[in-house]
Amino acid sequence: MSDSIVVHANRNEPVVFTQDELGWLPWLDPFPEEDLTERHWAGLVDRSRAKSDYFRLLVRDPEVLEARTKTDKDIFYNTADGLPRAERELAAAATSRYNGCIYCASVHARFATVHSKRRDDVQRLLDEGVGAGLGARWNAIVRASVALASTPIAFGKQHVEELRGVGLDDAEIVDVINSAAFFNWANRLMLSLGEPTKGADA
Amino acid sequence: MGTETSDIIDILAGIEPGSSLDGIRARRLQARENAQKSYVALFEPVDFADVAAAERYAVAAFVAGVHDEPAAAGFYFARLAKAADRLDWVDALKAEIERARTQGPYGAFPAGPLSVEDKAGLIYRVAGDGQRVLGARLAAALEHAHLLVFRPRDAAPAAMQALLDAGWSTTAIVTLSQLVAFLSFQVRAVAGLRTLGASLGHHADAAAQAS
Repeated sequence: MSDSIVVHANRNEPVVFTQDELGWLPWLDPFPEEDLTERHWAGLVDRSRAKSDYFRLLVRDPEVLEARTKTDKDIFYNTADGLPRAERELAAAATSRYNGCIYCASVHARFATVHSKRRDDVQRLLDEGVGAGLGARWNAIVRASVALASTPIAFGKQHVEELRGVGLDDAEIVDVINSAAFFNWANRLMLSLGEPTKGADA
Repeated sequence: MGTETSDIIDILAGIEPGSSLDGIRARRLQARENAQKSYVALFEPVDFADVAAAERYAVAAFVAGVHDEPAAAGFYFARLAKAADRLDWVDALKAEIERARTQGPYGAFPAGPLSVEDKAGLIYRVAGDGQRVLGARLAAALEHAHLLVFRPRDAAPAAMQALLDAGWSTTAIVTLSQLVAFLSFQVRAVAGLRTLGASLGHHADAAAQAS
């Protein structure tokens, strides 16, 4: 098998962070939809993900994709208790802004806006970066996310204390840690296996 | 075999069964179990197929090492030693970790308004000695891991081509990318929980002193 990279002739790369819907173009061949086996379907978790180039590329290692996806879903969608969804999305968006993932930031900034109704604040995070003033509680979440995203990791007890100071309990702090840590996984896949393009995926 | 099935994040973060953090993690059981399943899928897969066990542990040790996370690095180095009789790799990897350490994230944004935020930094390449001991294929993986860890926004198709040229298949590149990205998550989950756990210890001390 002689594998090769995928060259996209008509690139339409976004050059700023945005809450608009973006598409994503893979640099390697996604697994062919018609060749998916039961093992691959299990890896995709949701059958609709077979339409996504991103997930059909990742499904080349189905067990890792399945576990990754289930980790992601519980961290963000299990809102029976813990941190409000909007602030988990804020941690994801801030991490993506800091690492430089325009695609991930667009998705999770939109979710943060939907769940918080604070579109302008979310946009200021995108426009001004992680130093934007967003109020004490959001600032604490952004600062903690940025410290965790730094290499070496700069997250320290001062970040825990700041989060407690703005009213987060220990379970909510764990949600910040999980949400921010997870996006250090997601950002590196989206940034390194393909590129964003203006206009939503079909 | 106990350590093979124990939760690696709990082990590395020092979370004891029955502790407060153990209880909090139990409230995100799917996340906890699937973070562990991700580890198992990457390091104890049904078949190692496109990426050898020793390569997986070597890259993981390098990624943990450049994060300056000694517990995680030690964990993966120990597994590398068990998976393969490659003491020469251990020494070469430790030397490369020292050469590769820096502070991230940095790199360039797409040319435009964000270019003012571009930040230059180390473009890491494995040294000649490292190349000889580790081989071109693993050296290419370490260079890619460094790109992903420190300057993921610099990623480009050329980096994929470099891996293909070094003998990495498309499927192997997916596994390698997941491995580096997963490690980037795992060391942060561990560091965050360890820091929170330590602060709980201080709280308990403070409460004990107050009573």
